[in-house]
Amino acid sequence: MAELLQHLVNGLVLGGTYALLGIGLTLIFGLMNVVNFAHGEFYTLGAYAAFAALGLAGLNFFLALLGAIAAGALLGALCEVSLLRPLRRESIDTTMLVMIGVWIAMQNGELLVWGGVAQSIPHPFPTAPLVLGPVSVAPLRLFVLLVAAALIAASYLLIQRTKLGRAMRATFQDAETAALMGVRIERIHTATFAFGAALAAAAGALLGSIFLVYPSMGDLASLKAFSVVILGGLGNVPGATLGGLLLGVVEELGAGYVSSGYRDAVGFVIIIVVLVLRPAGLFARSERIG
Amino acid sequence: MPKRRAVFLTVLVVAALMAATALVEAQAPIKIGVIEPLSGPVAASGNYVRMGAEIARDWINSRGGINGRKVELLIEDNKSDPKEAASAAEKLIVRDKVPAIMGAWGSSMTLAAMPKLEEYGVPMVVETSSAATITKRGNPWIFRISPPSEMEALGLEQYVDKLGVKRVDFLAVNTDWGRGSIGAFGDMLKKKGVAVGAAEFMEQSATDMNAQLTKIKAAGGDTLFVTTAVEQITLIMKQAQEQRLARKIVTTGGSSSPTQLIKQAGAAAEGSYHIVFFMPWFPEAMPDGKLAKAFVDEWAKRGHPFEGLTEGFRGHDGVATIAEAIKLAGNDDPKAVRDALWRVSLMGVNGPIKFEKDGPAGKESGQSRPSIFVVQIRDGKVTLPDFLAKK
Repeated sequence: MAELLQHLVNGLVLGGTYALLGIGLTLIFGLMNVVNFAHGEFYTLGAYAAFAALGLAGLNFFLALLGAIAAGALLGALCEVSLLRPLRRESIDTTMLVMIGVWIAMQNGELLVWGGVAQSIPHPFPTAPLVLGPVSVAPLRLFVLLVAAALIAASYLLIQRTKLGRAMRATFQDAETAALMGVRIERIHTATFAFGAALAAAAGALLGSIFLVYPSMGDLASLKAFSVVILGGLGNVPGATLGGLLLGVVEELGAGYVSSGYRDAVGFVIIIVVLVLRPAGLFARSERIG
Repeated sequence: MPKRRAVFLTVLVVAALMAATALVEAQAPIKIGVIEPLSGPVAASGNYVRMGAEIARDWINSRGGINGRKVELLIEDNKSDPKEAASAAEKLIVRDKVPAIMGAWGSSMTLAAMPKLEEYGVPMVVETSSAATITKRGNPWIFRISPPSEMEALGLEQYVDKLGVKRVDFLAVNTDWGRGSIGAFGDMLKKKGVAVGAAEFMEQSATDMNAQLTKIKAAGGDTLFVTTAVEQITLIMKQAQEQRLARKIVTTGGSSSPTQLIKQAGAAAEGSYHIVFFMPWFPEAMPDGKLAKAFVDEWAKRGHPFEGLTEGFRGHDGVATIAEAIKLAGNDDPKAVRDALWRVSLMGVNGPIKFEKDGPAGKESGQSRPSIFVVQIRDGKVTLPDFLAKK
C-alpha cells in the first residue's frame, strides 16, 4: 500500500510537468495548426537560459526562472515573425518541415555553445525530502508542481477570460472575420507562438533544476508533449492538463507493476488505445476551441 | 630539335611529379578512425575519450610518429545511436580507408558497428564497451582493452564480504551493457551466497527513475548496483535521496566519474562505491605511476575537466594500442595491423595491454585483462575504501 501511494505521488508530480509541456504545444499545434517540432528546443532553451542566468549572470533562482520565460517568449516571437509569418498561406507540411529545421538548428546550436556535457541548475531548496507518512517528495518537486499548476491555470484564464484570449480563439477559428472585427491577426499569431514557447521554456527551466541540462534533453520532452496533446485533444488546455497527469501516472504504474524496461511503451500503448477508441482525444468535447 | 627538347622536358616534369607524389605518399599521415558519442545522452563520456585519444596522438607525433609517419585521427560522432555507429564505421572504412578504428563507447553501438568490420576486414580496438557478447560472437576483427562485465564482476568478488553485501538489487540502463552487467554481477553475487532481489531497467534517455526506485525500496535489499553513464547515476543518486532509499550504492562499468558526481549530486553521492579503471586522484597507485601521472598532468595542462579523466584514459590507451600494432606491422594494411594486434604488449595508463583469445575457436576476438579498482566517495572526496587503504 505504501508502495502504491508513493507510485501515485511520483506519477502525479511527473504528470504535472508533462501537462506543462503539453499545454504550450497544444496552443501552437491545436490553435495555430503548426506542427511544432521545435517545442522541445524551446524547453532546452529555457533550461540553458536559467542555467546561464544563475551561473553566469549570478541571478537568484526565481529571477532566473522569469529570465528563462522571457527568453522563450522572445525567441518564440522572433521565430514566428521571421519564419512562420512569410509562410502563412502555405500548407501545414511546409511549416512542419520548417519547424524540423528549427529543431535541428537549435539543438546543434546548443551543442556548439554549451558542449555535450550535462549541467545542473543549482536551486535554493533543501535536498532532504518532505515525509508524509509512507510517502516522501522533494521540496523542489513540490515547488515545480505548484508553479506548473499556477501556469496552467493562468493559461486557461488567459485564453477563456481575457480579451487577448478571445482574440486568439477568434483568429484561429476564422481569421478573416476576426480581422474584420478589428483583431490584428498578425500580432495574435506572434503572441500565441511566443506564449507557447514561453511555457515550454518555463517547463525546461523548472525540470532542468530537477534533472540535468544537456542539448538533447528536448527530444524526450517533445515526444511527451506530443503524446499529451494527442491524449487531451488538440487545442484543449484542460485536456492537455488531464492528459499529462494521466500519462505520468500510467507510466509510473506501468514501470512499477509491469516492467520498468517497458516504461515508455506503456505510455504509448495507452495513446494507441485512446486513438482507436476516441480519435479526437480523450477529453475532446463536441465543440473544440480549435 | 626544339620539338625533341620539349618532349624531353615533359618527360622530366612528369617524372619529377611522380617522384614527388611517391615522396609525399611515404610521408602521408597514418589515419586512425575513432567513433565516439560526441552528442546525445552520453556525449560527455564520448568527448572525454576523444580528448584522451588526442593526447595519445600528440604524444606519438612529438616522438616522431609511427615509423616516421605522423598520426592523424579521423573522429566520427555516433550520436549515442547504434544506427549511426554502423554508418560511421562504413564511412571511415570505405571513404577514408583507415587501417584500424577505435570505438564505439557503448556496447550497443559497438555491436552495431561490428558486422561492418567483418564485411570489409578492418580491426577495431574497443575501448569502453563491456557486454560479454562483443568478444563472444566470433568476430576476429575485435580487440577489446576494456573489461567485459564478467571480468569486472570477478575483480569485485574479493571485496563482496568487506562491502557487507547481503541482499542486492540492480538498476541498469536498458542496453546490451546494462543487461549484460546485471547478468554478470548477479551470477557472481549468487555464487557468493548473496540474495538477489529486484532487477530494474531504464531507457538511456530517461530522467525520472522514481518508479524504479520505489520498487527497489520495497524489495528491501542492503545494496544497489547501478550500471549506466554518469548523467543517469547523478539523477539516480538525487532521486534515491528524495525517496530516502538507505542503501549502499555500487556503480559498475567505470563510467561513474566520482568527481563529477560529487560536483552534481553533492551529499546524495556520499558513501557510494565506484568500480573504476583509472584512479586520477592517486595516479601513483596505478600500475605505471609515471605514465599515469604524465597523463593527468597533460590533461590538466590542456584545460580539460578533471572529472573526464576516468573516461579520457580509454582514448589514450586505445590509440596507443593501435599505433603500437601499426608500428609492429610496419605498414598500414588493415589485415597486417590485425595480425600485429595479437603481438602488442604495451603499458597503458590503465596497466598492461596484451590480447588473449576469446570466443569460438578459429574466429577468436582479442581480449586484454585490464586492471580494476574500487573507490569510495567520503566527505566530498574520492578515497580508497577502508578495506583497501594501506594497512
